[in-house]
Amino acid sequence: MEPAPRLVNWLLLAALVALAFIPQFADRYHIQLLTKIMTMAIFAMSLGLLVSGVGLVSLGHAAFFGLGAYLLALLSPAGEGAAVWWILPVVLAGTTAAAFLIGALAVRTSGVYFIMLTLAFGQMLFYLFHDSKFAGGSDGRFMNFRPVVTWMGDDLISLNDRPTLFYVTLVLMALSYLAIGVVMKAPFGRAVLGIRVNESRMRALGFNTYLYKLVAFALAGGMAGLAGFIYATQYRVVNPALFHWRESGLVLMMVILGGLRSRLGPLVGAFALVLLEEALQSLTDHWLMAMGIFVIAVVLLLPDGLTGLFRRKPKAAEAADA
Amino acid sequence: MDWLFFLIQVLNGVQYGLLLFLIASGLTLVFGILQVINLAHGSFYMVGAYLAFWLVSQTGNFAIAVVAGVPLAVLLGFLIERLMIRFLYERDHLTQVLLTYGLILIFNEAQRLLFGSDVHGVPTPALFTASIPLTDNLQYPVYRIVVSVICLVLVAIMALVIQKTRLGMYIRAGSTNREMVQLLGVDMSRLSTFVFAAGAGLAALAGIISAPLSSIYPGIGENILIVCFVIVVIGGIGSIKGAFIAALLVGLADTFGKVLVPEFASVAVYAVMAVILLWRPQGLFGRA
Amino acid sequence: MTLTTHSKMARPVSRRAVLGGAAAAAAVGTLNAPFVLAQPARLKIGLMLPYSGTFAALGNNITDAMLLAINEKGGKLGGREVQWVRLDDESEPSKAAQNANKLIVGEKVDILVGTVHSGVAAAMVQVAREENATLIIPNAGVGAATGALCAPNIFRTSFSNWQPAYAMGKVAGERKHQNVVTITWKYAAGEESVQGFKDGLAAGGGKVSKEIWIPFPNDEFQAHLTEIASLRPDAVYTFYAGGGAVKFVKDWEAAGLKGRVPLYGPGFLTDGVLRAQGAAAEGLETTLHYVEDLPNPVNQRFKADFKKTTNRDVDVYAVQGYDTGQLLVQGLEAVKGNAGAKREFYAAMKAAKIDSPRGPWTLSKSQNPVQDFYLRKVVSGENKFQSVAVKGLEDPSTGCRMA
Repeated sequence: MEPAPRLVNWLLLAALVALAFIPQFADRYHIQLLTKIMTMAIFAMSLGLLVSGVGLVSLGHAAFFGLGAYLLALLSPAGEGAAVWWILPVVLAGTTAAAFLIGALAVRTSGVYFIMLTLAFGQMLFYLFHDSKFAGGSDGRFMNFRPVVTWMGDDLISLNDRPTLFYVTLVLMALSYLAIGVVMKAPFGRAVLGIRVNESRMRALGFNTYLYKLVAFALAGGMAGLAGFIYATQYRVVNPALFHWRESGLVLMMVILGGLRSRLGPLVGAFALVLLEEALQSLTDHWLMAMGIFVIAVVLLLPDGLTGLFRRKPKAAEAADA
Repeated sequence: MDWLFFLIQVLNGVQYGLLLFLIASGLTLVFGILQVINLAHGSFYMVGAYLAFWLVSQTGNFAIAVVAGVPLAVLLGFLIERLMIRFLYERDHLTQVLLTYGLILIFNEAQRLLFGSDVHGVPTPALFTASIPLTDNLQYPVYRIVVSVICLVLVAIMALVIQKTRLGMYIRAGSTNREMVQLLGVDMSRLSTFVFAAGAGLAALAGIISAPLSSIYPGIGENILIVCFVIVVIGGIGSIKGAFIAALLVGLADTFGKVLVPEFASVAVYAVMAVILLWRPQGLFGRA
Repeated sequence: MTLTTHSKMARPVSRRAVLGGAAAAAAVGTLNAPFVLAQPARLKIGLMLPYSGTFAALGNNITDAMLLAINEKGGKLGGREVQWVRLDDESEPSKAAQNANKLIVGEKVDILVGTVHSGVAAAMVQVAREENATLIIPNAGVGAATGALCAPNIFRTSFSNWQPAYAMGKVAGERKHQNVVTITWKYAAGEESVQGFKDGLAAGGGKVSKEIWIPFPNDEFQAHLTEIASLRPDAVYTFYAGGGAVKFVKDWEAAGLKGRVPLYGPGFLTDGVLRAQGAAAEGLETTLHYVEDLPNPVNQRFKADFKKTTNRDVDVYAVQGYDTGQLLVQGLEAVKGNAGAKREFYAAMKAAKIDSPRGPWTLSKSQNPVQDFYLRKVVSGENKFQSVAVKGLEDPSTGCRMA
């Protein structure tokens, strides 16, 4: 992953400002749709951290998205909204811890084994929530009230208000983007990038590569949990499909579609894929066929993704970055 | 549960495990020799199930479904290998995962276009509709035994081919060191095509013979695919022997999980996997 | 509404087609397309039903029978033309909230009708409550819709999962079964159904000794059938529908349990799948709020008319669709088609007396039907009326503040 070029930064800022004005004129349905897209963008960025940051291809990343959503729905009291001040840290800690546990096993492996292990663990969580009573089985669960943001007994903002939730999500998306940038620029991020390029060299240099990869995996899991938290807040309903590996595949597709070589990639990919899905769905009953062809075409024709289109010349050796 | 019912449950578990092996064996070989993650492998199982439904409803004869269905699936596997998988050999796993993910979407949608989204059933072949009385109130359907026997025969044939023939030697060597076998003058390209097509045929055969045992519905291939991934991981990638033992393990874990811990039956399989991988990260018979 | 638009509806033209007002069709789903504002003259009704997937046949029967009921009254509702907005819910709970949003918030429908799948319906209830939109459920039996989540704007014209199960339990209880095993999928509908059965069984003096739960939609029953045989029950109660019902009834016979252990279930065990079950279903006893050979004249007329317009046979789903249409007709008649006059509109629907093919019924305080349940038996490949299992059965509507 490389730092975004200057022009892109400006464009990004412009897009952000443009987004911020959307609730002023868009109707509530589209505000809702854009909130969902930004949620998916956070989810995709968390996977991007793993795939392009560490070089770990996870096919079970939806597990943490689903877990974040379920934790919120399960822990919220029945009669009132949970206070964000405690529920959000609990959800983030829970998903990060789960990612740490699963990662402790999965990160021991690499390549094909890693892909299949994450896939299998994702499905394990899927079945755990799908088959057991406490989580509401295959129908999932409802949350009666959205979390509340209060201070000294007064509501600061109401997440029931769609534009408010939109802005909260927008801010969280921007913060996530910046946070990834900070992490990747820190010594930790440099070490992780080094591992992606040449793990045995990093190990020879004395880095505990296992620990670095594990921490990255846990961080990515926690961030996916944040996305799940927003999802459940928006829709107030969770079900096991959130865990399913089809979701994992979809979010991986967002990352690839956007482009692996840019920090912006997952963000761009999320917007492009959800909008494409919406468009295809309204065009044809068999939109999945079109989607499948699209996926294959992107993989074969656009190895650098959409953000790769805006790059003047391909950078040859990224190892130099590390 | 007295011992008789315990034995019957063992029988149920082994039968399920044998069926899983047919699918997992192809998957593990494709991994081992082509070094390609084929998420679409489960689609061949689905193709088999729907071919069985279609051929039986057209001809009314289950034997025709087997005789015609398997070659059709092998042909399909051949074409897909030549037209697509071929280009994945040198690509990274990420590309393979996404491309075969795209293939699944196309397969599933093609199935919906051709057969709709209804749940279908295939009648048990007339020859095997009988049941064997086991206790005063329980019978064992003969067809389930037939399925197990077919699986066992195939296992024996595979073992013979892999252990005793030159082809088998290439396969064994190829899954250990692809480059070396190529240097020795074996046409790896043809071997790869053969392995892929044979794997497709096996998965489709599993789909065909299990069609009378289960209902046929959209997405049927994906559910079984994940279980087979688990088997391949437990057994060790590329190992037929590992896949066989893992398939039986998973079959038994699933069956007894259903009876003993019904809430966590599906989780039981993954728990088995986690424990084994803690102990041996490369699977039972995998090479580190 | 003319018959031409109606016949158009029978074909699944596209994912979502707008009937009687094609102009708005392009609006949904694309970001920048302008919304067509509902013309004041037209009543806008959203149909969120399965038009693809396992339940597609159910969605189509509900839709067509509902249109039949409205067309019988001239095709208008309270004197207003109707614009239908159809959306395929795919029986996919994960998309339910967004789809309901699409219709209620995006399309601004006056009334939303849907759906078949309980999980999807529960999500629709949630959205309808939040947006204070009128929702009529033509099938899904999820208890919460007229229980803990009941609301003045939520109506149901079908049943609650508890109801047919209670009726079956009562019949089984009267037969003094002391050792009954239940086996069903592990999901909300299955749990509510087993609860209803247990309540009915207890009322009759019977007892459930073991509950077997299978993950939805798993249909590998072999291990469980072996277990059932080892338990030696007096009777088994099961709640399956569609493909699962076909598979279970056939496996039941193959395992040799048929004829040795009585198998009971709500009518969904056989409805719509009898032909696929074949001889294995012969003799099955089930309970439901409808059976095709009910002698009442409404039923006779409905069967003939439905066959004439759709060339299909009626089933319980068509009956529920027909009654949804009747409820709309009565409710909107009272407010001259002004669905915005909610208080009067809801009062009229709540007071409605529906003369249904299943026999007359009314709505309870929680707005779920109070209706008769029939014991049926499969005789030479057809469900035959045996007796009235429970008369005027009302759902307990646990947790509903209106009840």
